[in-house]
Amino acid sequence: MEALFQQYSPVALDKVTVWFKACQEHDIPENGGACVKYKNKQIALYHFKRKQKWYACQNLCPHKMEMVLSRGMLGDSEGIAKVACPMHKRTFSLETGENLNGDLPSIATFPVKVENGFVYIGFSE
Amino acid sequence: MKTVIVVGNGMVGYKFCEKFVAKSSSDEYKLIVFGEEPRPAYDRVHLSAYFENQNANALELAPASWYKENNIELITGQRVSDIKKENKEIHTASGKSYTYDYLVLATGSVPFVPPISGVEKEGVFVYRTIEDLEEMMAYASQIKAIKPNGKAAILGGGLLGLEAGKAVLDMGLEAHVVEFAPKLMPRQLDTRSSNVLQLKLEDMGIQVHLSKATNKILGDKVIEGMEFGEDDRLDVDMLIISAGIRPRDELGKTCGLEMGTRGGIIVDNRMRTSTKDIFAIGEVALYNQMIYGLVAPGYEMADVAVNQIMGNQEVIMPEHMDMSTKLKLMGVDVASFGIPYMPVEKGLSIIFENKTKYLYKRINVSHDGKTLLGGILVGDAKDYNILHQMYLNGIALPDNAEELIVGARGGEGSAFGSAIDLPDTAQICSCESVSKGNICSSLLNGESKSLKDIISCTKATTGCGGCKPMVVELVNETLKSMGKKVKDVICEHFEYTRQELYGIIKVKGITSYDEALDKCGQGDGCEVCKPALASIFATIYNHTANKEDIIQDSNDRFLANIQRNGSYSVVPRIPGGEITPDKLIVLGDVAKQYGLYTKITGGQRIDLFGAELNDLPAIWKKLIDAGFESGHAYGKSLRTVKSCVGSTWCRYGMDESVSFAIALEERYKGIRSPHKLKGGVSGCIRECAEARGKDFGVIAVEGGWNLYVCGNGGATPKHAQLLAEQIDNETVIKYLDRFLMYYIRTAAPLMRTAAWLEKLEGGMEQLKKIVIEDSLNIAEELETDMQGLVDKYECEWKQAVENEEIGRRFKHFVNTDDRDDNLVFVPMREQKMPEPWTN
Repeated sequence: MEALFQQYSPVALDKVTVWFKACQEHDIPENGGACVKYKNKQIALYHFKRKQKWYACQNLCPHKMEMVLSRGMLGDSEGIAKVACPMHKRTFSLETGENLNGDLPSIATFPVKVENGFVYIGFSE
Repeated sequence: MKTVIVVGNGMVGYKFCEKFVAKSSSDEYKLIVFGEEPRPAYDRVHLSAYFENQNANALELAPASWYKENNIELITGQRVSDIKKENKEIHTASGKSYTYDYLVLATGSVPFVPPISGVEKEGVFVYRTIEDLEEMMAYASQIKAIKPNGKAAILGGGLLGLEAGKAVLDMGLEAHVVEFAPKLMPRQLDTRSSNVLQLKLEDMGIQVHLSKATNKILGDKVIEGMEFGEDDRLDVDMLIISAGIRPRDELGKTCGLEMGTRGGIIVDNRMRTSTKDIFAIGEVALYNQMIYGLVAPGYEMADVAVNQIMGNQEVIMPEHMDMSTKLKLMGVDVASFGIPYMPVEKGLSIIFENKTKYLYKRINVSHDGKTLLGGILVGDAKDYNILHQMYLNGIALPDNAEELIVGARGGEGSAFGSAIDLPDTAQICSCESVSKGNICSSLLNGESKSLKDIISCTKATTGCGGCKPMVVELVNETLKSMGKKVKDVICEHFEYTRQELYGIIKVKGITSYDEALDKCGQGDGCEVCKPALASIFATIYNHTANKEDIIQDSNDRFLANIQRNGSYSVVPRIPGGEITPDKLIVLGDVAKQYGLYTKITGGQRIDLFGAELNDLPAIWKKLIDAGFESGHAYGKSLRTVKSCVGSTWCRYGMDESVSFAIALEERYKGIRSPHKLKGGVSGCIRECAEARGKDFGVIAVEGGWNLYVCGNGGATPKHAQLLAEQIDNETVIKYLDRFLMYYIRTAAPLMRTAAWLEKLEGGMEQLKKIVIEDSLNIAEELETDMQGLVDKYECEWKQAVENEEIGRRFKHFVNTDDRDDNLVFVPMREQKMPEPWTN
């Protein structure tokens, strides 16, 4: 289980070497998310329409190590975009990956860009 | 770098660590902590809560990761066996040794087991650790299996013993408390208050035996009873000893520290033992010739030891320790503060007693009537905090001091004003030493903005929790004085209660979540307000969960219950639990085809587990084609109306309970509510449908149906209460329409009917007036609204399988048709289950 978690480490914008073409813009529900497969990884991708922003993070919730974060609800806590895990409502900042209502390890976040109607997620490998 | 070793990881040992790492110079030290128990420190004060939920983690003071993050080396499951103080070295039972610069002994205490013949017999327990509790529970269930009316006794009627009494009741055994002294809680109560408490306990089913000296435990190998004197015995199947504590001072004794004559390691007011680099804190320390068995003095000792080690020599223990306590014993308030009882030369008492309501209040005042010396409260301790503060701060008593316990006669207002009138030095949280000044200034200088902030930055309320009401009052009053509004709002995005928001949405005709945020909210929403708004839209417009799926709680969005590994369960509606053989075969076929685990639910339907997200639409297509509908098992909505077989088959049946259950389930299916709703219909008073354990229950009697409302099972079971008697089918439906709609409109999010009724001013009598007599003149409106919802019902799974756009929601990956390869099932009893969680 730990090994699964170790697979995901955050990627900063200036470290992106691969822009993976994930899907079309309209494939992701507005103010909601869906899951993208990249190699053997599962990435949660969200379109936070109210904030005019896109976010990506690991689909794996570090609490019980289940692949479920893409099915979570979006929201904000004092302005910080967050997602709530559907399992036990643990919330994570989509900006930093930090667990906002507990002391779970942070989740990995990834840069996202949208060009010509397509959504790209940035990876370093 | 200097090394500090702490022996003992109980509540006080943990508090030492917490206070230690909070000091800025703590990184000049290495902190090593030894704990003998297998788990990190937990909250022993609330141990009996473990009986209710059996969740050891919930009692944890901090997870193992906390120690790591703070650079504390925590070694659990390891006993320290020896101290070599000349070498500044400790040895563990497994043969390792460690050297220290400072040693802190926080080894706590063990339960005192009196030397009674037979205490070694099977079935005799002590009450101290989670392991003790687990053993007791295992033993109790063995007893119950062979002897349904088994009995357990608790030896000791002190504070801990009565807590153990609650544990015995929770285990389902007959409880007996045996006390040597002529009264209960001899340290805290006088004889009259003990009598009142005894009456109350007996009323709750706990038998109390006072002035009993146990001289023998009876039985062969296994306990069968207790013998007190000649011809005086009590037959019991289990005994829990709670006769006080003894300090765990072996380490101090063997290494030659100065000891008290009756045990305990002697410490000075700096918590130093006779050897200057060894400290002792908590229940092992003998300070002022006393062992302090309460949390607050232990925490204070931890604080003094931390300061002394770090060189703040001026922080010392006070001469006099406050031993006041307030607790809830089996729901009964018991509190004592200052000097609880005293001879008349020392002071005078004002006493109020009302045995019919199990109430006793006593305050002791100085001869000149000006100073409060102490007191006792049994049955109602809501004024404890403020009385305790008056005592601690020496606040002058009012002329009519009796009003402090009997209330002011004539005129409004209480005799002592509010917490906000206390001086800034008043200690509000004695476990964490937080003063009124600490709380108010933190709010006033902007460091804290809410109750949550106050708790995280001062730690107030995190000890025993007794000060919570005062802290809440202080925070609310201070915020109010700063011009800020305080109320029970939904979340940071909507500054309204659910009932207010319901009104606003309806009046303004708001129909989408974003519109609501823009017109009456702020920010971008969250997981609390989204489902709350979805529920309100469902009530006003009967939107199904498909209308705006993105604001639904995750289960509603996928129209299924997420299970432990991220797979889903499928529950079709089986109204009243009645199903044809053909439909049963369809369920079996579908389960076989998709490899689903099948189980009969508590609500008389069939649950199919382990469905992958991708398969949900195909599974439901098959079910819908066979005539099934969504069971709404995933929603805050009507689940089932359970029924017994009724007069159609049963020779005792008074009416057709199945037919009526089906009619009710068909009527209310799909309606969203603040929380789930369950119903039941029984054909006679034998109540096989367990209707009184539901939000609404109908029971056939001579001349009609009895209608009960506001019951539930769950964590706090409540029987439903009688709303109306001997009414016909139409009247049941009329009253239910009114009751359910009124509940749906006015309850807070996630509040079930029982909790709602408790909050409803006037309670059941008021509810009867509203529902039956129409005292608010809204019955017609409630009925019309309900009929509107009933008429607009649509199966949301039917919508989902018929609409391709909705169907796209049910894919694990958006960019491929691959399945989630992370799902792992393992075989179990010819079916399957998700792989167990390891963390």
